[in-house]
Amino acid sequence: MITFMNNSDSEDEPCNERTSLMSAESPPVPSYQDGLQASETREAQTHRKRQTGSSRSPNNVADEDTSDLDVRVRESALENEEEELTLKYGAKHVIMLFVPVTLCMIVVVATIKSVRFYTEKNGQLIYTPFSEDTPSVGQRLLNSVLNTIIMISVIVVMTVFLVVLYKYRCYKFIHGWLILSSFMLLFLFTYIYLGEVLKTYNVAMDYPTVILIIWNFGAVGMICIHWKGPLQLQQAYLIMISALMALVFIKYLPEWSAWVILGAISIYDLIAVLCPKGPLRMLVETAQERNEPIFPALIYSSAMIWTVGMAKPDTAAKGQSQQTWDADGRENHSSSSHSDSQILDTRSPAPSHPITLEEMEEEERGVKLGLGDFIFYSVLVGKAAATPSGDWNTTLACFVAILIGLCLTLLLLAVFKKALPALPISITFGLIFYFSTDNLVRPFMDTLASHQLYI
Amino acid sequence: MRPADCHISHDSDQTAASATKNFPCCMCDLEPRQTAAAADGSACHCCVILNLQILSGSAAGVPRLSSLFSLCRAFFWLVSLLLASLVWFISVHLSDQGNARLQYGLLIFGAAVSVLLQEAFRFAYFKLLKKADEGLATISEDGRSPISLRQMAYVSGLSFGIISGVFSVINILADSIGPGVVGIHGDSPYYFITSAFLTMAVVLLHTFWGVIFFDACEKRHYWCLGLVVVSHLVTSGLTFLNPWYVASLVPIYIITFCMGIWAFFTAGGSFHNILKCLSCKQEDDSRVMMYSALQVPFED
Repeated sequence: MITFMNNSDSEDEPCNERTSLMSAESPPVPSYQDGLQASETREAQTHRKRQTGSSRSPNNVADEDTSDLDVRVRESALENEEEELTLKYGAKHVIMLFVPVTLCMIVVVATIKSVRFYTEKNGQLIYTPFSEDTPSVGQRLLNSVLNTIIMISVIVVMTVFLVVLYKYRCYKFIHGWLILSSFMLLFLFTYIYLGEVLKTYNVAMDYPTVILIIWNFGAVGMICIHWKGPLQLQQAYLIMISALMALVFIKYLPEWSAWVILGAISIYDLIAVLCPKGPLRMLVETAQERNEPIFPALIYSSAMIWTVGMAKPDTAAKGQSQQTWDADGRENHSSSSHSDSQILDTRSPAPSHPITLEEMEEEERGVKLGLGDFIFYSVLVGKAAATPSGDWNTTLACFVAILIGLCLTLLLLAVFKKALPALPISITFGLIFYFSTDNLVRPFMDTLASHQLYI
Repeated sequence: MRPADCHISHDSDQTAASATKNFPCCMCDLEPRQTAAAADGSACHCCVILNLQILSGSAAGVPRLSSLFSLCRAFFWLVSLLLASLVWFISVHLSDQGNARLQYGLLIFGAAVSVLLQEAFRFAYFKLLKKADEGLATISEDGRSPISLRQMAYVSGLSFGIISGVFSVINILADSIGPGVVGIHGDSPYYFITSAFLTMAVVLLHTFWGVIFFDACEKRHYWCLGLVVVSHLVTSGLTFLNPWYVASLVPIYIITFCMGIWAFFTAGGSFHNILKCLSCKQEDDSRVMMYSALQVPFED
């Protein structure tokens, strides 16, 4: 999920904050629930100021007129400023998310193109029991649809279970589950990945060295993700974990099932986030009621907060104890990865007194994207890279399509300022571009290239 | 079989094994006859990398917002390519596939349609950018947008060029890694190096066309627009003379050079500017500092 929050997480030490602080000064924006009230208080304040100003010279009617005009001009100036800052920050956030998404995709594509293990078919997951080795096209289609139905229902059940646990405050259970999942991901999957990479490049390595490397990698990862760590290291670990998970999906999902699952999951994402009774929307609302950070696990955060000279009560700092948990174990990757597929936009709660532009606090509005989104984007691009024809144009086209979809989604986020699903637009564009590039553009470009023609 | 396979020979039994993968051959040893291909391939890589480095160095000063715009631009190019491929695909399937001359004619037709669509989408992008520019100007504090139209023209041309060049050359680059011999069946052995040079020319041309095009649209010099479209068609047509590289590469580079000079003057350059730039190291330091102190940075 993408959260457009003032509160980011997990960076507490002052020296790290000072070095990685991005210079941004912004007037604090009231949360969208209290947005109307805050703007009214602001208007009332300026109006009161103008009133006191005009009451000093009660005879001067012209003075009152100009003061009203001043109020209107000032309000429109505030609005313009607000809009401009929103757009500027919107653009900055888009760029801040492009880099990790691109890195994840690059890792996945590089692995797919070089390590043959991830394109070999060695069985399927239990979530997709129907095989696609059938003689007829209709049977294959039916099997893939059935696989999709099973997979999506598993995801729905897991998500609902997670929401129920969250609602009844079983935090310890959730913590334990996520720690177990991330443990398995960081150790077992990394070990398999390292083994396959070493096999591909024919590098000999002894077991003690492997144990040392995996142990260090895994232990540092667990600490960074579940406790404290430098922001960039945490981001790097989250990207690596998403890439590993995406690789598992690419290997074990059969061809047609993968595409149907991608389509179905973006529809599910849309429903779950936007419908009033959708599980993810309920999750968002519950977390907002409790004034907690929205489901802190499995979120990639792009910035951190450093409040200096706070002019309002420390409500922002209260919500900072979240750490970004990441866990995608095999059994529960479907739920956890899926529950983050949404974009959220939360601002800090409205301060107790209106803050004028002079009393600014230094903070950075961070953007957060759920790891499930990373995973499914990478699955799409990885599948495009894994096609037997080995066409790079398809991969590039899907990559551009996904980034444009992300851009549009963030634009909608800036406009609507509420929770939005991150998957549908990008996956739709990605699917359209994959199928059209693979079937239309590839023969055209191949024919042109064989005659060495340039367009 | 990749198209570059026509120009590169592989061991015949390896081809069957590699039908499931892109690379022609991964596991065979590199024999002496194959080192020539490797040298060609590496020269090809160097050309392309050098080209991209030059352009990225020039693009280093571009602010972040324009990277968003360049992505939109790449998307527009992709859509234009998609439509052109659709047209070509339909025309091929509606026609007699056995007739080689007809297919070649349809290919020329497809290429021409693609060029016209690219220019049409360039125009559409210009309109979109104008609207975005006005929008940014109205909401910014001093009535000016953070990016000038010239900069946007440059970025737009550059991104168009990059995506066009990358789409043309990346499969060839990927194939050039694998072992093989270029042109053993009688095709030109200079396939890789000429592809690299052609790609470089295409990227530079798109950049220059972008600058000229936007300026022409701004000032409504429609003859400039027409000239850009015609030169694009001519360039694409010249590549049909491959592998007669003297007739195709040399004119294309002449066109590139002319477009470069035209774009330079369109963007406001002059000989005086060049001289001032070359001698700017001897400029008065205090004057430079004063100028930068006056400027308010719009973006980081």
